[in-house]
Amino acid sequence: MRTPPALRRIWGMVYRHLALFRRSWPRILELAYWPTFQMLIWGFTASFFANRAGTGGAVAIGAATFGILLSGVLLWEVALRTQMGMAVSFLEEIWSRNLGHVFVSPLRPWELVAALIGVSMIRMLCGMAPAVLLAWVLYAFDVFAPGPVIVLFVINLIVMGWSVSLGVVSLILRHGAGAEALAWTILFGLTPFSAVFYPVAVLPVYLQPIALALPSSHVFEGMRTAIGQGDHTEGLIAWGQLAWAGGLNVVWLAAACLLFVHEFSAARKSGALLNIGE
Amino acid sequence: MDAIVVSRLTKRYSATLAVNDISFTVRAGMTLGLLGGNGAGKTTTIAMLLGLLIPSSGSIRILGHDMARDRFAALARMNFSSPYIALPSRLSVVENLRVYAHLYDVPRMEHRIRELADELDLHALLDRPAGELSAGQKTRVALAKSLINRPDVLLLDEPTASLDPDTGDMVRGWLERYRAATGCTFLLASHNMAEVERMCSNVLMLKSGVIVDRGTPAELLDRYQRDGLEEVFLDIARGRQAEPVS
Repeated sequence: MRTPPALRRIWGMVYRHLALFRRSWPRILELAYWPTFQMLIWGFTASFFANRAGTGGAVAIGAATFGILLSGVLLWEVALRTQMGMAVSFLEEIWSRNLGHVFVSPLRPWELVAALIGVSMIRMLCGMAPAVLLAWVLYAFDVFAPGPVIVLFVINLIVMGWSVSLGVVSLILRHGAGAEALAWTILFGLTPFSAVFYPVAVLPVYLQPIALALPSSHVFEGMRTAIGQGDHTEGLIAWGQLAWAGGLNVVWLAAACLLFVHEFSAARKSGALLNIGE
Repeated sequence: MDAIVVSRLTKRYSATLAVNDISFTVRAGMTLGLLGGNGAGKTTTIAMLLGLLIPSSGSIRILGHDMARDRFAALARMNFSSPYIALPSRLSVVENLRVYAHLYDVPRMEHRIRELADELDLHALLDRPAGELSAGQKTRVALAKSLINRPDVLLLDEPTASLDPDTGDMVRGWLERYRAATGCTFLLASHNMAEVERMCSNVLMLKSGVIVDRGTPAELLDRYQRDGLEEVFLDIARGRQAEPVS
């Protein structure tokens, strides 16, 4: 049985990136470098504060804080690596001056996006696996301890990463490679509003609407509920927060898709696809 | 049967008219040369034919498909070669060819790659990174990429630019054999007038986005009373008129 042509085209683009990784070990190293680096710094910091917590009830609070900090670091890296993985994979086509060949092939724009999503998943998994493993070895920290609900958190953060990345790709289509810095900075810039390490309520009142419009802030509120606050409330699932995260992700992804379609069409009108590397 | 039908094609970028109301057809199996100086509108025309650029007005039909509505059906049967668009340099030649074989849904991929390697003498290059090849080797690989799907229409943008005369001649000979064997239609943009005279059955002369003259190479030479297309090109570029036809 023949593979459907659309799947084959998507695989062609995924294969292109896998072949690139096979021939470039610094790229593979770079995938794991930042998640592991972040986890080490935050892991030792969290250990320090947990050890200072003293005895009695404070120990439980210290352990919960440790869990919140490390879970926050690792889960936020999932979103960051997914977003960067997708945007950088698109940039690879620009850097290799190959985009002209890709866009005059029968590859549909949605197939390109599907391939970028596939590559971003591979990059994210390769980047996160060493960090998760090291957290377990060094700090006996199990990011999966809250149970299957962690999968829902991860899925929501991945989808948010795709949305932001599609926005970045759209801006690159409009502004060319000059917009490539956004691939590394835009989601990182949302960290303060994503309530990764603290509740949304900590933010000034006028910033809270921004935080609440982000799927990530609801994910991390839900994560803290699942981990508990050291008061034997761990294991609770904040379905409301998960519903908000899922709903916002639908809106964000739909908006990102519309933006991509619009900018791709605009690039075909303006001729931006001819000199996108400049 | 016409493989390419271009009708009243115009491309305007705000104040600049890059291509102005051009129309032409290319019969299946023929080679049309697109000539003109820098900024004449050749690249813009090719980009519109490839669907990279949406025309401001006019229409393009390739192999019976309207490029505005059904470009992917045409693109699957077309291909493109240009020394100005690279293949990923870190991938080996065979990996690059596999990528494009997948993108064009080529059946029996490895067989097709071996076939092209035989014909273009690529066997020794297959496992080498594309970025480490010489200009002539890169051109042969680019040609293999552009023939991977056995195209019915092939757009060539200066296919022999930067090649030594020997390699250039080999590439031209290979293209001619491919066309003779398959009936493929070529559209060739080139600044090499000898190449155009040798390969093209018809020529369009573009200047400032407008077709200023057209015909077979022999007709143009006769009309301008010149011995070579290079002189005809200079006549047109410098605004000299053709001799009135008696």
